[in-house]
Amino acid sequence: MSIDIISLIALTAAALWTVMTRSLLRSGIGLALTSALLAVVIFRLNAAYAAVFELSVCSGLISVLFISTISLTHPLTRAETLEHMKTRLKRFWYLPVIVVLVAVAFCIARLKFSVELPKAVAAEDARFILWNLRRLDVIGQVIILLAGAFGVALLFKKRD
Amino acid sequence: MTTGLGLFWFFGPFIVLLFVIGLYCIFATYNLVKALIGLEILIKAVTLLIIVAGCISGRLALAQTMVITLIVIEVVIMVVAIGIVLGIRGHTGSLDARELRSVKG
Repeated sequence: MSIDIISLIALTAAALWTVMTRSLLRSGIGLALTSALLAVVIFRLNAAYAAVFELSVCSGLISVLFISTISLTHPLTRAETLEHMKTRLKRFWYLPVIVVLVAVAFCIARLKFSVELPKAVAAEDARFILWNLRRLDVIGQVIILLAGAFGVALLFKKRD
Repeated sequence: MTTGLGLFWFFGPFIVLLFVIGLYCIFATYNLVKALIGLEILIKAVTLLIIVAGCISGRLALAQTMVITLIVIEVVIMVVAIGIVLGIRGHTGSLDARELRSVKG
């Protein structure tokens, strides 16, 4: 159980670092770290297939996409970034207050954290459900992938 | 059932925190790439919520297939969104969302 708590705290900390860091490149790396930690949490919940997809696609492919995009663009100067952070703190000071108030409300409600992870149901197999019960959804996914591919081809089409 | 609810209350605060972090990122930034990163964090919160819901209901296999579908759609959304962001950068020369205010009707 301690591994789950450590993973969840690390996941939240990584997400927070991703958002709060000044450098876009560090944000991209933080996103990859967040995805990897989420894969660990999902794997601990007995969802191995989803964890593998999360690790390979989200932590790998999407991070590569973001880092490639960031490398194609010019970063803000240090002065611009500091100015933006100051205005951001002024505009959104109330968001951490809301989070703390909600946490206090949870504590006052005295919720019980009696956690015991359930075992995976042996009768159900993710492969069977994906290829038999949700066959139409798989076709839908293929169509969405094709739509994405054509969309990108259209976006980068050279204009004469 | 108590175990399931216990599981929800254990993961729930972290899911809410991830969701708030993602929302904050989208609201607070003018950078289009950073906004997409915020959207990614929002999707991570939803992914964790679906898996936890699958654990609680005992339909973990179904939840896993839903997450696989979610990841496929997430990739397509990100690829197209990054294409649009690069197109905007080519047009306006920056990644600042304020440059797009002229698009408003």
